[in-house]
Amino acid sequence: MSQAAPSIQPAAERPLAPGAAAPATGDAGPPPGGATRPHGPGLATTIAAVLRKELLVELRTLESLPGMSLFAVTTFVVFHFALNRGSVDGDLAAGILWVTLLFAAMLGVNRLFVADADQGGLDAFLLAPVDRSALLVAKALALLAYLAVLELVAVPAFALLLLGPSLWHAMPALLAVLALADLGVAAIGTLVAALAVRTRARDLLGPLLALPLLIPVVIGAARASAPLLSFGHGGGPGARWLALLALYDLVFGLIAYAVFDFLLED
Amino acid sequence: MDAAGRGDGGPATAAPAPAASEGRAPALQLDGLTRCFAEREALAGVTLTLGAGQTLAVLGPNGAGKTTLLRVLATLLRPHAGSVRVLGDALPHEAWRARARIGLLAHDPLLYRELSARENLRFHARLHGVAPGRVEELLAALRMTARAGEPLRALSRGMVQRVAIARAVLHEPALLLLDEPYANLDPAATALAEPLIGAGAPGARVICSHDPTGALAQADLVLGLRGGRPALLGAPDAIERDQIERLYR
Amino acid sequence: MYGRHLRALSLATVALMTAALALVFFYAPLEAEEGFLQKIFYVHVPLAIVSLCGFVAGGVMAIAYLRTRDARWDMRSYVAIHMSLIFALGALICGSIWARGSWGHWWVWSEPTLVSFLIIFLLYATYQPLRFAIEDPERQARYASVFAITAGAFVPLNFLAVRMSTAYLHPRVLGSASNLPAPMALTFLVSLLAIALLWTTLCSYELTAKRARAQLRALRRELAGEDGARVARRPRSAAPAIVATGQRGA
Repeated sequence: MSQAAPSIQPAAERPLAPGAAAPATGDAGPPPGGATRPHGPGLATTIAAVLRKELLVELRTLESLPGMSLFAVTTFVVFHFALNRGSVDGDLAAGILWVTLLFAAMLGVNRLFVADADQGGLDAFLLAPVDRSALLVAKALALLAYLAVLELVAVPAFALLLLGPSLWHAMPALLAVLALADLGVAAIGTLVAALAVRTRARDLLGPLLALPLLIPVVIGAARASAPLLSFGHGGGPGARWLALLALYDLVFGLIAYAVFDFLLED
Repeated sequence: MDAAGRGDGGPATAAPAPAASEGRAPALQLDGLTRCFAEREALAGVTLTLGAGQTLAVLGPNGAGKTTLLRVLATLLRPHAGSVRVLGDALPHEAWRARARIGLLAHDPLLYRELSARENLRFHARLHGVAPGRVEELLAALRMTARAGEPLRALSRGMVQRVAIARAVLHEPALLLLDEPYANLDPAATALAEPLIGAGAPGARVICSHDPTGALAQADLVLGLRGGRPALLGAPDAIERDQIERLYR
Repeated sequence: MYGRHLRALSLATVALMTAALALVFFYAPLEAEEGFLQKIFYVHVPLAIVSLCGFVAGGVMAIAYLRTRDARWDMRSYVAIHMSLIFALGALICGSIWARGSWGHWWVWSEPTLVSFLIIFLLYATYQPLRFAIEDPERQARYASVFAITAGAFVPLNFLAVRMSTAYLHPRVLGSASNLPAPMALTFLVSLLAIALLWTTLCSYELTAKRARAQLRALRRELAGEDGARVARRPRSAAPAIVATGQRGA
C-alpha cells in the first residue's frame, strides 16, 4: 500500500476494543462518586491494612530503620572530621543537619517498594478490589514514620556531637519545620520509589530523581532552621519558609496522588 | 464460534457452545485478545468463550504466552487489542469490578517471606474484606494450622504453595486462575487442595499445565498456545493426541 | 507535524535567526555598564525561556499521553524534553560566560535564574537514563510521562524557592525587562522568536526522523514476512518506539 507521507497506523492507534469508551485515565478505578464497590473494603481500611503490614515487615526485618539512623550518626562524625570543627551553629548547622537527614532518607526511599516488587506483594495488592491510591498513602505514612524515628535519633545525636547552641530553645519551632519537611520528603520519596523500583538501576535512579526534586525542601527547611540553631535565639523560623514548605507539600502531595495510579497499572 | 487457528497446530475445531448455566454470565469471553511486548506479540488473536463454572485448560510450550494470558485475565495486564470480558466485566475499564471475584495462583506465591502464613492471609483477608475466621478455616483445611505462626522463609516450598492456595481462594472467587497449581505439592497436599482448586471447586477455572493428560481430564475446553497464537481450541474429546504433541514440538 | 512543514519552517528559522543576529550586532545599542558582553543576554535569556517552556510543554504532552494512550504524544513529549535539555545546556553555558565576563567567576550562586536552571538541568538529565532503564516500551512511556508531569510542576516551584533563597539579587537586565529601551526590547523579542522557532524546527526534524525510521522498520518487517517479528529486534533504547504496523490490526 503506497501512501504519501507517514500515515502508517502506529500500533497504539488500533482501537482497544469495539465497545471501549474513550481511553482510560489510569486503571479505571471505581467511577468517582458512583457505583458501589462490590466486596471491596473502603479506603481507610485498606490504608490501615497496608500500613500495618508495612510496619510489621519492617519490624521483622529491620531493613531500613537502623540503617538510616546509623548512617545519620556516622555522617555527623564524618562531618566533624571533614570540616575540622567541633561545634557548628546557624547556617552551617542547619545545612549539615538537613543534608544528613536527606541522604539518610534516601536510604529509606530506596527500600520502600523493594520487598513488594521482589516478593510479589505488589501483584497481590493489585489483585485486590481496593482503591490503589491507598498504597501511595500507606507507603507515604510508613516513610513518614521511618523519618520520624530517624529524626528521633539523629537530631539529639546532632545536638550532642556537633551543635553549639542548645537544642531546647529551638524545640517547638524545629518540630514544625521537621514535620513540614518530612511531608514533602514522604510524598516525593514514595512517588520516586515507586517509579524507580521497576527499573533496572533502581538503587541509583531513586536518589538521582529525588534529590533535585527535594531541593526546595532543603531550601525551605535549612533557611527556616538556621535562626533556630543559632546562638542567642536568633528569632523564629521565617514564616515564608514554612509557607514554601507547605506549598511544596500541597502541590506534590496532589501530584503524587494524581499520577500514582499510572505507575501501578500494566 | 471458530478459533483463530493460525500457526501450525492442527485444524482448529469449533469451540463447544457454553453450557447455559442458570443464566449466569459466561466466565470468559475473549475476542481477538492481543498483548504485545515491545514489537513482539506475546498473545495474538485469542478468541474463546468459557461458560460459568467450566474449566479451561491452557497448554503450550515454554514461552507460548500461557502466563501472559493468565495475567491478562487476572487484570494485572491490560489487553492491547481485542475485547476481554471476565465474569461479564469488560477489561480494562471494568477490571475493578471483576477483581473481587478472581483468584490467581501464580508461579510466585505472592506472599511476604518475613511474615507468617497467618499474617499474610490476614493481610489479604483485610484487602478483600473477608472475615478472619475464613483464614483459620482455610489453614485448617490445608493442615497448616500448626505452622501458621512461623515466617514463610522457614517453610518448605510445598508448604508455601499451600499458603498460596489459601490466598487464592480466600475470597471465594468465581474464577480461579491456576498456573501449575500442583507444582511442589506432595500427594497428601494435593488431596487437601482438591476441594479448593480441583475439579470439585466451585466456580470456573483456567489451568495452565505442562501435564496434558491431567489437564485434559479436568477440562471442558482446551486451548493450545504456540508463539502467543492459539494453535488448537476445542473440547477435550475432540482433540487428538498428535495435535497436542505437535504443539510441543 | 511530520515532515510536511519542514522546509517552510527551516527557511523561516534561518531568516529569523539572521535577522536576530543582525539586530544584535548592528542595531542594539551597547549597554553602559557591561559593554559588548551584555549582548550575550540576547542569546542566554531566550534560550532559558524557550527551554523552560519546552519542559513545561513536555509535561503537558505527557498528560495528553496518559489520557489518550497515543504513542505520538509520548514521542512529542520525549522530543520536547530532549531538545529543551540541550537548549538548557546552552543557556547554562551562555550564562556561565556572562557571569565570567560580568562578575569574574565562571559560576555565581547569586543569580537565581542560573541556579534554578542548574537544578532543573540536573533533574531533566535523569529523564533519559530513566527511560533507558525500562525495557517495556509501554511502561517506559508511562513512567516517563509521570516523571515529565512531576518535573513540569516542579519547574515553577523551584524558581520560586531559589528566588526566595537568593539573598542578594544582582541587578539583572531581565529584572528590569520592562524598562528596556525600545531598540533593546525589539532585539530581545526578535531573538526570542528566533530561538523559539529554532526549537520548534529542530523538534520537527527529530520527530520526522523518528517517524521515518519507524516506517522503515515496518516495511522491512513486512518484506521479511511472517518471520519478520523474529528478525532484528530493536535494540534497547531510551527513545520511545512508534510501532508502525501497516496491515496488522487494521
